[in-house]
Amino acid sequence: MTTDGCGAPAGGVSAPAAAGGQAVVEGKVTREGAAVSTGYARLLGTDDEFVAEVPLGSDGGFRFFAAPGSWTLRVLAPGGLRAERSVEADYGRVTTVNVTV
Amino acid sequence: MSRSDVLVDADWAEAHIGDPHVVIVEVDEDTSAYDKGHIPGAVKIDWKKDLQDPVRRDFVDKTGFEALLSERGISNDDTVLLYGGNNNWFAAYAYWYFRLYGHDKVLLLDGGRKKWELDSRELSTDVPQRTRTSYTAQEQDRSLRALRDEVIDAIGKRNLVDVRSPDEFTGRLLAPAHLPQEQAQRAGHIPTARNVPWSKAANEDGTFRPDDELRHLYQDEAALDFAKDTIAYCRIGERSAHTWFVLHELLGLPNVKNYDGSWTEYGSLVGVPIELGEAR
Repeated sequence: MTTDGCGAPAGGVSAPAAAGGQAVVEGKVTREGAAVSTGYARLLGTDDEFVAEVPLGSDGGFRFFAAPGSWTLRVLAPGGLRAERSVEADYGRVTTVNVTV
Repeated sequence: MSRSDVLVDADWAEAHIGDPHVVIVEVDEDTSAYDKGHIPGAVKIDWKKDLQDPVRRDFVDKTGFEALLSERGISNDDTVLLYGGNNNWFAAYAYWYFRLYGHDKVLLLDGGRKKWELDSRELSTDVPQRTRTSYTAQEQDRSLRALRDEVIDAIGKRNLVDVRSPDEFTGRLLAPAHLPQEQAQRAGHIPTARNVPWSKAANEDGTFRPDDELRHLYQDEAALDFAKDTIAYCRIGERSAHTWFVLHELLGLPNVKNYDGSWTEYGSLVGVPIELGEAR
């Protein structure tokens, strides 16, 4: 995991996260049962305010370290595929959101 | 300088694959992205290994930049087309960096890697073999780069644009929400800074918003005084390079600097003023 930059972790994410004291939002994106490895997960605040974005990992995985609160998770994938989920995050908790597109 | 002089779309890039006068360069923090597939013919630059001094916290020097570009087969006469992931954060950083060392024939691919992928355009895993060149760089153009003392002196005098997310600006987070939050420095922002997150300048597919919308964003919504000089910063200087590109290259503001030390430096300095919460 890269910790001194603002970019994506090398190779995307795959291993489950231990929450520690952090508010973790993670999950996997699938289509017809298969992982979607090309695409993006965006975390949005109220009024669609952009918070963060990661490319999906080879297993369709994504992970965010958010502030506690209510967020919208939006997934973009080639072919105009999109999906959205509401998600709650809190310190010390891993919130898992699996998404199908 | 206008938008078409600095920004090209994917069709332009596709049409120039194999053009001997155009070198396509992918710049990512996640360098494994290039290895999984890149625009055919593109070479890779690692923003950290290639562009940062391995010992001191600073850029590689002029000689180091010359050695890098010579080794990658980039000549002084080549047009360099930059693109990357993270909505072009690190590609914009490299664009600013190339300009810093005097390479003016440089372009950014609108939408970067994300739009290329979402459009299902061709990616290749072939690594091109380019002939070594003998590249000559200029001394750093310091009119583009702000260092810490200049930033402290600019408080209350110049436009300071903090392009991090609102949670980082107000001090609720120390890093973007896709990174762990264990950094040790203090949270908050530089007093008098306006918070205009970089993302407001971009569409969902990573392309830049039209000039009139960008001008409205910075001049009207954020109330920047375009008659004043401007310094942009973020956490390590790459998101603010994205905003530097918007203000300096797309909107043509003359005196805009990127503070690449950004919050990882400022938030660790002893004795400097810090504000928490919303902009005052």
